[in-house]
Amino acid sequence: MPLLITSPSPSLPPPSSTVGVVGWLRENLFSSTINTILTLVGMYLLYSLVPPVINWALFQADWVGTTKDACTSDGACWVFVGVRLNQFLFGFYPESEYWRVVVAFSLIGILVAWLLIDRTPKKGLVGAFTIFCYPIIAYYLFYGGAFGLQVVETFKWGGLMLTLILATTGMFFSFPIGIILALGRRSSMPIAKSMSVIFIEFWRGVPLITVLFMSSVMLPMFIPENMQIDKLLRAMIGIIFFQSAYMAEVVRGGLQAIPRGQLEAAESLGLSYWKTMFFIILPQALKLVIPGIVNTFIALFKDTTLVLIIGLFDLLAVVQAAFADPKWLGFSVEGYVFVASVYWVSCFSMSRYSLHLEKKLHTGHAR
Amino acid sequence: MTAAQGKQNDLNEVMVELRNVNKWYGDFHVLKNISFKVEKGERIIICGPSGCGKSTLIRCMNRLEEHQEGDIIVSGITLDDDLKHIDTIRRDIGMVFQQFNLFPHLTVMENCCLAPIWVQKKPRKEAEAIAMQYLERVQIADQAQKFPGQLSGGQQQRVAIARSLCMNPSIMLFDEPTSALDPEMIKEVLDVMIDLAHEGMTMLCVTHEMGFAKTVANRVMFMDAGEIIEENEPNEFFDNPQSDRTRLFLSQIL
Ligand SMILES: Nc1ncnc2c1ncn2[C@@H]1O[C@H](COP(=O)(O)OP(=O)(O)OP(=O)(O)O)[C@@H](O)[C@H]1O
Ligand SMILES: [Mg+2]
Repeated sequence: MPLLITSPSPSLPPPSSTVGVVGWLRENLFSSTINTILTLVGMYLLYSLVPPVINWALFQADWVGTTKDACTSDGACWVFVGVRLNQFLFGFYPESEYWRVVVAFSLIGILVAWLLIDRTPKKGLVGAFTIFCYPIIAYYLFYGGAFGLQVVETFKWGGLMLTLILATTGMFFSFPIGIILALGRRSSMPIAKSMSVIFIEFWRGVPLITVLFMSSVMLPMFIPENMQIDKLLRAMIGIIFFQSAYMAEVVRGGLQAIPRGQLEAAESLGLSYWKTMFFIILPQALKLVIPGIVNTFIALFKDTTLVLIIGLFDLLAVVQAAFADPKWLGFSVEGYVFVASVYWVSCFSMSRYSLHLEKKLHTGHAR
Repeated sequence: MTAAQGKQNDLNEVMVELRNVNKWYGDFHVLKNISFKVEKGERIIICGPSGCGKSTLIRCMNRLEEHQEGDIIVSGITLDDDLKHIDTIRRDIGMVFQQFNLFPHLTVMENCCLAPIWVQKKPRKEAEAIAMQYLERVQIADQAQKFPGQLSGGQQQRVAIARSLCMNPSIMLFDEPTSALDPEMIKEVLDVMIDLAHEGMTMLCVTHEMGFAKTVANRVMFMDAGEIIEENEPNEFFDNPQSDRTRLFLSQIL
């Protein structure tokens, strides 16, 4: 019998067992026997782990005081962190000059927030200021030696301040260097290509610890006495080169994913190589590899702790040094928890921002 | 371009000339001794079986591919390794691809303005006005702020045509502009191309759209295995093919 529908069927709401809290629970937690058992075991584990940890860290913890005697309860002794906080944040930076560090970090904080938050005006100008002027301002604030600021030698830098300086310079320089290396590796010019390949493969092939040792122990032996460069600077350069090599490979992955037609379309419109890369290829390639870039940044942020083996006192090293204080023996757990939380908050924020960025840059289904 | 050439040929200006062009991919001889001239305002259709070298041929004209022997002369400039020549020629030739190749991270408007602003150094305002004019002509002005991913295939291809036109080219190359489209979208793209032809644009078009060829073409060239086997005006070509290979090909696509 021929079929003919003359009026459209109405849309019905979905069956109630698949919506709402009950539907969600049934579908996700209790959909089968095994699933139910796993849910119950998981709940038991959470129940036996989470409340004690929270009790230790918050409800039973000691917060105020100036000496070890203030810590009488069973919980964490945050007094230890509180008393040492200045050192954890600034290392051995002279106390009278703390404001310089605070100003430098507040400034970059404002600039970065300006650039990251949607709908702030004059992003180009602020970006240019951040890239070209801020590093100079930061250098004089941290190191001094001009404008009446006293010189603070780099061996006095330490704590979170040093960690952040290493991480931000690492990101700031490894990103553009990585892009150049990635473009070089895909270039048709043999010299640019082979130099990029050699650079990338060399730095990827050695562990960061070796790089840092080389920079602090080997390098001074080959360089004449009067040309010695600062230890921190050497470590920084080591980290930057090391991370650039990784960044280059991440970016190259993105470049390879861009269809050849994009390059051809740009070329046939008369765009030059650099304009094609800048306007067409890189924006798409970088967008594709945001997770990889942020991954590299997070790894870099955490890898900065390795500088402690060459005698630089980053956050972790400063905290560990405080454990040796005879007045404060036995508070290493609090110290490590503090360090871990600082790292976790920083890395988690980066990861969330990258997710936000991916969503924002999504411009409809790619064909 | 050139009085001398003008005298030699007809009174018409020669826009594209190929002289004994040969090209190899490794050992594979893909273009064999290709020679022809295209005069200003002429519409040339190139057809032939898959893999015969049609795309390669038109991609050689703006140096997306490099030929190894012979001369390609576009608007009086000989294509050689001189980057300046390549740049000049690319500005003068628009190209439309089978896969549209719009820039997915830019809006339709930005797609159209990019090259006028950064290659021709036009002020943004002017570039946008010109872009709007061409978008209106391909009847897609209302989509100017959308991203390519939000448009249908036919709309994307019309944007691609507008994007090329924004550079004000004197020659347009089309490489199977409708073969990636669903049947109901083919017509909207062909209509735009027919309009363009009626306005006197010099066009080289790889396509198997018979009706389009009959409407606009001055000449149809049939390629097989890297050679131009037969060349004729469209009605003659389709109704009265001379070579066996052409006949075989036409019997397959009709
Ligand atoms: N980059 C390349 N390297 C080697 N061989 C190639 C390359 N590009 C194309 N070819 C070969 O050259 C021949 C001609 O290719 P071309 O793309 O010009 O064909 P076409 O006539 O456009 O075919 P179609 O109708 O399928 O688009 C084909 O046999 C193809 O396999
Ligand atoms: Mg082709």
